[in-house]
Amino acid sequence: MSRKQPGNRAQTQSRWDKEVALLRIQEHLNREGPLLPILHALQEEFGYIDEAAEPLIAEVLNLSRAEVHGVVTFYHDFRRAPAGRHVLKLCRAEACQAAGGDALATEAEARIGVKFGTTAPDGSVTLEPVYCLGLCAVAPSAMLDGRVVGRLDQSRLESLLAEAQQ
Amino acid sequence: MTLRLFIPIDAGALAVGAEEVATGIRAAAARHKVAVDVVRNGSRGLYWLEPMVEVETPAGRIAYGPVGPSDAESLFTALLDNGAHPLRLGPTEEIPWLKRQTRLTFARCGVVDPRSLDDYRAHDGYKGLERALALGADAAIEEVVQSGLRGRGGAGFPTGIKWRTVAQTKGPQKYIVCNADEGDSGTFADRMIMEGDPFVLLEGMTIAGIAVGASKGYVYIRSEYPHAAATMEAAIAAARRGGYLGGRVADSSFAFDMEVRVGAGAYVCGEETSLLDSLEGKRGLVRAKPPLPAHKGLFGRPTVINNVLSLATVPIILEKGSAFYRDYGMGKSRGTMPIQLAGNIKHGGLFETAFGMTLGELVDDVGGGTRSGRPVRAVQVGGPLGAYFPRALFDTPFDYEAFAARDGLIGHGGIVVFDDTVDMAKQARFAMEFCAIESCGKCTPCRVGSTRGIEVIDHIIRNENRAANTTLLEDLCHTLKFGSLCALGGFTSYPVMSALTHFPEDFGAPSRLQAAE
Repeated sequence: MSRKQPGNRAQTQSRWDKEVALLRIQEHLNREGPLLPILHALQEEFGYIDEAAEPLIAEVLNLSRAEVHGVVTFYHDFRRAPAGRHVLKLCRAEACQAAGGDALATEAEARIGVKFGTTAPDGSVTLEPVYCLGLCAVAPSAMLDGRVVGRLDQSRLESLLAEAQQ
Repeated sequence: MTLRLFIPIDAGALAVGAEEVATGIRAAAARHKVAVDVVRNGSRGLYWLEPMVEVETPAGRIAYGPVGPSDAESLFTALLDNGAHPLRLGPTEEIPWLKRQTRLTFARCGVVDPRSLDDYRAHDGYKGLERALALGADAAIEEVVQSGLRGRGGAGFPTGIKWRTVAQTKGPQKYIVCNADEGDSGTFADRMIMEGDPFVLLEGMTIAGIAVGASKGYVYIRSEYPHAAATMEAAIAAARRGGYLGGRVADSSFAFDMEVRVGAGAYVCGEETSLLDSLEGKRGLVRAKPPLPAHKGLFGRPTVINNVLSLATVPIILEKGSAFYRDYGMGKSRGTMPIQLAGNIKHGGLFETAFGMTLGELVDDVGGGTRSGRPVRAVQVGGPLGAYFPRALFDTPFDYEAFAARDGLIGHGGIVVFDDTVDMAKQARFAMEFCAIESCGKCTPCRVGSTRGIEVIDHIIRNENRAANTTLLEDLCHTLKFGSLCALGGFTSYPVMSALTHFPEDFGAPSRLQAAE
């Protein structure tokens, strides 16, 4: 499998490169319905889906550019610009709300100084909401760069934020 | 001597330090110069006791938990001695919370090494497939029909009938699609199976393929579950090496192979037709039905699309026969349901039991009430699209029809507990907000209605024309319920209307208690 193992940091991401992108696209051409695997591969490679990737994919898959653009923008996962050095996802769904997640989310926004869905000005961390990590029996939960964290409380959040703001 | 230990690799256990515990135990073993065989199993589902470490003894497996990284040394020393330790829970199978369950779908979860095909086979794995091959396709489908198994994703449609429809539909290529887009908050059973007993899902899909004449399967796993995807990939590779996937499944004349596909963070892709569009590489838009996926599904071909739990239950039905499974349960809800207890709950986790236990027993007795220690005020059953039930409805038995009769749903079996600090108007607003965020946009009631819903609830909370706006909200919920193309828009009315009906005081209306005075 080509996908990185969970927990790995995506700091080795390279800059947008058309030739590299074409290679990554071609790895999936023998699959049925290859568009999502291709987009995941490009995001893994570059950290986001560059605008220049859309016409490239469209040409290879014989789709219109609008179709590719429509897919890229439909899914929450695909970024249009690189994220911060770290990505901190806090679960905002009901089970975590019931366990005090909302207060921790507000705290995280205040401490990093950004709203959900944005990146800290120093580029350290992107704060994102996630609607359920399936860790609802150890709520509230979070994911920092692919690493899962449960039973989040004030002190655990603080150590996560310290790590994320490096 | 080699000490055999079990330390879960389940994401829920990892989230509370299981990796650090495993590292600590290995280091302690090295210090004591003792050889250890550490099996990274799935979770037993007793999450308040995670990380739970088990040790194999002549008297069976003994559990310890919750083990923190700082306990590793003292625990290891105890294991070398007589095993006495403050965290000792006793023989795992005798822990009351586990003992009172009926584990059919989850029989092996937490027991076996999820990456070992040999271990799976040593624990009755692939016996269902063996019997399916002996019975033949039609008889295998009949077993599933007779078992009474219904779709565990939430819709509750009889699984065997779906299979029969696909079997009777002609097509040059058919597909088995497993819906592992478990997006409902409060649910994690699919994740546990994929991380703890992935081969049972492979076996269920393989049986489905042979039964309906499909040679290709896809497991569509949400991207929020990277651990599950990795374990499934490993299991598929092992099954191919072992001859259980590929050109001649288990030395039969049947071919079946499968592939993992990862979603991209869209909740609506848990809806089956939206999932199919996503698999095809499109925007995850809901399709109008008919045509049914059984007739025109993935790439327009006849397709069985089932939830993880439905497919993972098929092997035991085939192995032990339909009557064995059907004998559990109540009414039209046959067999067992893996119920997930979550949120603000003392004993949260996976509780598989025959249908029929009441909501009150599950929350108060099994779940032990809230973790905060405050009174339980509301529970949401069935995910973000499920109704909020007050204590007054705690006598509702866990059964598809009983919940429907009280304007609720059991959905995928998740129960999220809230204490008395919950603001139900805020929860109703969140339901609309979530629908607005996740709507695929294809139909108007869902796309526009959800945003209008947020506004109307805000008006009610601010006491602007409260009576008129409450009527408007009820009307809007009615439109959503009957005018939406799929359950996302249609069922958003459940959390909203149940909050409004059972907790009017949170919306500024006089409470029932005050009204009664």
